[in-house]
Amino acid sequence: MKYVDEFRDGELARRLSVAIHAAVHPERQYRFMEFCGGHTHAISRYGIAELLPPNIRMIHGPGCPVCVLPIGRIDQAIQLALNHGVILCTYGDCMRVPASNRLSLLKAKAQKADVRMVYSASDAVKIAQDNPDREVVFLAIGFETTTPPTALAIQQAQRLGLSNFSVLCNHVLTPPAIQHILQTPVGASPIELDGFIGPAHVSTIIGSQPYEVFAREYHKPVVIAGFEPLDVMQAILMLVRQVNEGRSDTENEFTRAVTREGNRKAQALVAEVFELRQTFEWRGLGEMPLSALRLSSRYQAFDAEQKFGLAYVPVPDNKACECGAILQGIKRPQECKIFGTVCTPENPMGSCMVSSEGACAAHYIYGRFRE
Amino acid sequence: MNDPKATPIYARPLDIRHGKVDMTHGSGGRAMAQLIHELFAAAFDNPFLAQGDDGAVLPTVPGRLVMATDAHVVSPLFFPGGDIGCLSVHGTINDVAVMGANPLYLSASFIIEEGFPLVDLQRIVQSMAQAAREAGVSIVTGDTKVVERGSADGVFITTTGVGVLVNGVNLSGKNARPGDGVLLSGDIGAHGMAIMSQRENLSFDAPIVSDTASLQGLVADMLTTSTEIHCLRDATRGGIATTLNEIAMQSGVGIMLEESAIPVQPVVAAACEFLGFDPLYVANEGKLIAIVAAEQAEAVLAAMRNHPFGKNAAKIGTVQKDAHHFVQMNTRFGGRRIVDWLTGEQLPRIC
Repeated sequence: MKYVDEFRDGELARRLSVAIHAAVHPERQYRFMEFCGGHTHAISRYGIAELLPPNIRMIHGPGCPVCVLPIGRIDQAIQLALNHGVILCTYGDCMRVPASNRLSLLKAKAQKADVRMVYSASDAVKIAQDNPDREVVFLAIGFETTTPPTALAIQQAQRLGLSNFSVLCNHVLTPPAIQHILQTPVGASPIELDGFIGPAHVSTIIGSQPYEVFAREYHKPVVIAGFEPLDVMQAILMLVRQVNEGRSDTENEFTRAVTREGNRKAQALVAEVFELRQTFEWRGLGEMPLSALRLSSRYQAFDAEQKFGLAYVPVPDNKACECGAILQGIKRPQECKIFGTVCTPENPMGSCMVSSEGACAAHYIYGRFRE
Repeated sequence: MNDPKATPIYARPLDIRHGKVDMTHGSGGRAMAQLIHELFAAAFDNPFLAQGDDGAVLPTVPGRLVMATDAHVVSPLFFPGGDIGCLSVHGTINDVAVMGANPLYLSASFIIEEGFPLVDLQRIVQSMAQAAREAGVSIVTGDTKVVERGSADGVFITTTGVGVLVNGVNLSGKNARPGDGVLLSGDIGAHGMAIMSQRENLSFDAPIVSDTASLQGLVADMLTTSTEIHCLRDATRGGIATTLNEIAMQSGVGIMLEESAIPVQPVVAAACEFLGFDPLYVANEGKLIAIVAAEQAEAVLAAMRNHPFGKNAAKIGTVQKDAHHFVQMNTRFGGRRIVDWLTGEQLPRIC
């Protein structure tokens, strides 16, 4: 397949592998976090770990939208679908996320809730147009990549004069999460990271500039990389070189899509439709200030939380679940007691086991032969 | 088919062009008799069906019988390369054929939604009849039920097939042994992506065409070539990944695949990429996996490639010892990973 196979070429991968092996200093450890679930998925699906020297450890970060969505938020969506009789539209990934009372949106659907899987926010607007006598709610999740399409859908609904469409907004922001990981003192053993692979699609929107602070103030190298496996390998090589040379710069491997400034038009659109929440709970990471968005006052009519008077009730995770430590890179999936026994992709207890972008599911589905 | 013994006289023939199935067509009255007579019996015409009794009386056959059943609920009902009619014939014939049997008879049971256009029903029934004819199989008995609008989606078809096992053949998912070769009869994922591209209105320069086909001819050629075929299985729902995991579990072995050996049409790969699917998990309706003793793998592969439904056949992997019964794959990229059981549902109703 043209424009795809070029980035998955086995021969180039072998050459990059040789270059990485030659570049690393055998006496030291390299611990890199790939922030995004897209990178986690690529690393697992293409077996990239096999091509790296043993002293490079990849730590899976919290950039999996489904994984960081707290139980209380899914509960709100289920409540809307079951008790308010709305048509609840969402991305397929959200369907299986475990919520309270052993429910998920998929299970709520089996209890006759009208839950529909859509490929885009504008599909939900279309459903609202086609069902004028029903309330239609779009459960919006994701980082900066999926936020502009939600904003567009809201503006589209406004133009169409749809009063039966609203959004349950759970859009979150990447830079505060990275900052949280770098700042949180974690007991006696703070995680030591030697660098980050920066997000691909998120960076097409926000640009590379927002990461410069991490390189400058926390002295962590950042290399923004695409989601194809060769992108990831190239970024690892660039990180190794930065570490070896004692540099901490923000570099951009994904120049075919990412600029320093990002997509200004999308940024303006997001600023118009959304505003910062004072605080937002992330699954596994807890409350984080200024880390998520809600609809701005001009678009309040489309805010499902306001429209249906939904209160947010936080729900603690299963006690044995280590998703919090795993999302911060403190533990590996296989170090969780319930990994692969009580918690499997068929019966996920924690959110990291739900999406194939989650650290636990990626390791379970693709990598557990290594144990 | 509860076929009336004497042909009754109806006021006028079914208005196939404009008519719709209504509740009377399932009520057991004259309207049902007419539907069966003019639509089903006319298309499936064979002496067993013409017996017109509650069941078909079939002659004795030499050898052990194989029986398989399959319900079909695909949406959309018509898709590039086929429709629910031929699919319901191929699906069951293939389940019988991959046991090493020669399929002989089918039953067909229809659940039809009130309001379903007779012209579509006729098209489906004629497609079934043609698929059965091409495979040399008779549809010998059947049933029709009509349910209220909203209680079904157009038409659901369940077929059951009976075949007679070739002497001495003993194929089972339990028979894979370390060292055996893993053969695949052609490119994967066409059926599932043909359906999905219709559902999602994805258009390509040339549409993705379902691979739906009956495989008993291919199977017969393979069985003539070798007595060392250990297992055959058609890789339908869940794709080859699911089929291989089933075999690994049943036989208590592992399987190592070579990604670069697995054929995928570029247009199928593109559609999968676009919708976020892995072709290894996408349904096929005319592809089989064969587990063959190492020394005969090449001969069987050559026989497969000589058949029109196996011309892109390939050896895609090897059975190995593995206490975990993992299916693993050396990726084209140079890494290695597990090819796990599918979790949840990758695709909606496709077969």
